[in-house]
Amino acid sequence: MIPAQPLRVLIVDDEAPARSRLRDLLADCALRMPLEIAGEAENGRRALAMLPACEADVVLLDIRMPEMDGLEVAQHIQKLDEPPTVIFTTAYDAYALKAFEVHAVDYLLKPIRLGRLFDALSRARNITPLRLDMLRELKPDPRANLAVNERGRIRLIPVGDIIFLKAELKYVTVRTAEREFLLEESLARLEQEFLGRFVRIHRNCLVAKGAIRGFERATAADGEGHWAVVLDSIPDKLAVSRRQQHIVREFGKLL
Amino acid sequence: MPEPSINQNANTGALPNFRNLGIILRILVIVDGMCLAAALLRTGEPLAITEELIALSAVVQPILMLSVLLLAAANNWLHRLPYLYAIAVLLALELAVTTAVYFFGLSVFKGMGAIGNYWIFTVLVTGVLIGYFDLRGRALSPALTEARLQALQARIRPHFLFNSINAVLSLVRQDPRRAEQVLEDLADLFRVLMADNRQLTQITREIELAKQYLGIEQLRLGERLQVEWDIAELPRDALIPPLVLQPLLENAVYHGIEPRTQPGTISIRIYHDRDQIHVLLRNPYRREGEHHPGNRMALANIRERLALHFDAEASIKSTATDDAYQVQIVIPYRRESL
Repeated sequence: MIPAQPLRVLIVDDEAPARSRLRDLLADCALRMPLEIAGEAENGRRALAMLPACEADVVLLDIRMPEMDGLEVAQHIQKLDEPPTVIFTTAYDAYALKAFEVHAVDYLLKPIRLGRLFDALSRARNITPLRLDMLRELKPDPRANLAVNERGRIRLIPVGDIIFLKAELKYVTVRTAEREFLLEESLARLEQEFLGRFVRIHRNCLVAKGAIRGFERATAADGEGHWAVVLDSIPDKLAVSRRQQHIVREFGKLL
Repeated sequence: MPEPSINQNANTGALPNFRNLGIILRILVIVDGMCLAAALLRTGEPLAITEELIALSAVVQPILMLSVLLLAAANNWLHRLPYLYAIAVLLALELAVTTAVYFFGLSVFKGMGAIGNYWIFTVLVTGVLIGYFDLRGRALSPALTEARLQALQARIRPHFLFNSINAVLSLVRQDPRRAEQVLEDLADLFRVLMADNRQLTQITREIELAKQYLGIEQLRLGERLQVEWDIAELPRDALIPPLVLQPLLENAVYHGIEPRTQPGTISIRIYHDRDQIHVLLRNPYRREGEHHPGNRMALANIRERLALHFDAEASIKSTATDDAYQVQIVIPYRRESL
């Protein structure tokens, strides 16, 4: 049944004509169902900044966009408390389309037809939400950003800014030069995704290779000596576990 | 060869184009190869080869150089003769050159052999060359060459087609006139894409097509796409294989402009330098260790088409720096009517 509350739709596409076309089509849909345009964004970063304040129920998300593609944006959107339904739009992308079919992800092919858009929007409230692991599978290359939910809003952390990742009980602490964030992801997955950028120095710790100034000897609480990583931009010293001691030799930067 | 055919070096039952650099190179390599073989046969001893080769070269190289020059000069006239007649003239010409060099050589060197040997060698070499070019002409027969060109016909990315139609659809309600114009440009573009593209085309036509293509992309990308043309020194009568510029521009847009949120500039410079046309295409580019198979495919396609049209006289190369990507094409300056 058509809900009484108007469906709020956010348009995300880097091309102005594509957004204008969607506006026209949504205006046509609005004649047949309660519908409002919640806003328009020309890139993923902007879209994430607008959510959730624009209170969108549905995001029409272009896949091929500069800097952050739709598949990455969709992953970050899932960090929201109540993520809106994502409907992908794409002109041609044989690889993604095959995967969408497999996982029953909703997508619209450009040029978008009014009927298809109307059907997708009518179903939107009943669509099963996207699963993060499924989105990862669709986009195997590493994300450019990690996202955390901060007081209901999405906060992006560029992967290049991360100094180290440390697994706590339920969370992973993400440390940048300025501050730390808590991330609800597994360290093993992160290590796999960003292979080559981070090095594991301890069972619970990954350090950005570029942030390592060197290694020095330190004494643990129990009096035993071990190696510690000295970092470039923050004073923290991170213990290297016995099992990972070979990396000290590999880096060869003794202080 | 009066008509701007693709078969400058590929006619069955016809002589090759003696002004084509590739043909000249082949003649030099084959004749020198035969000299080496002759030297080997005559001495049978590896150590004496150098001496024998030098003695042989002293006579063969002047003949070879003179022949290449004469043939280049007489090229158009020879091609107007019937094939068999032309071969007879060619043989007579070569024998005359050999005789002249022989008698000149008699006054310089001692111990030249009988003139008959030189005549036999000349006829042999000329025969081998004529046979080789005839076979090569058959291998590159118009039918085969054209079939290969047909197969290499440039293909547009489906991505571009669907995005463009989507963009035009957005104009239909707001700016119907602009929509009409874009559809016309799109039709022109596809007319050329689907046309028979085996003949050379005027460079001005190719540039116009490139501008129509960029106009369509401009509609989608707005001010993110900036274009700089530098074609003031362009000879307007020059000919170029069709659809060389457009696929390269499509690459430039796809890899250089679309991945950026900031505006980027594609610059195209075309000029001529002596007998060559140079095309220089630059676009912004962020090297991220990722490779673009699509890009290399387009380049390989154009490289092969240039080779079929111009043999060794054309070249295409690409260079990537940290923030820019450049493609440089050099083709011989062919005019509408030679």
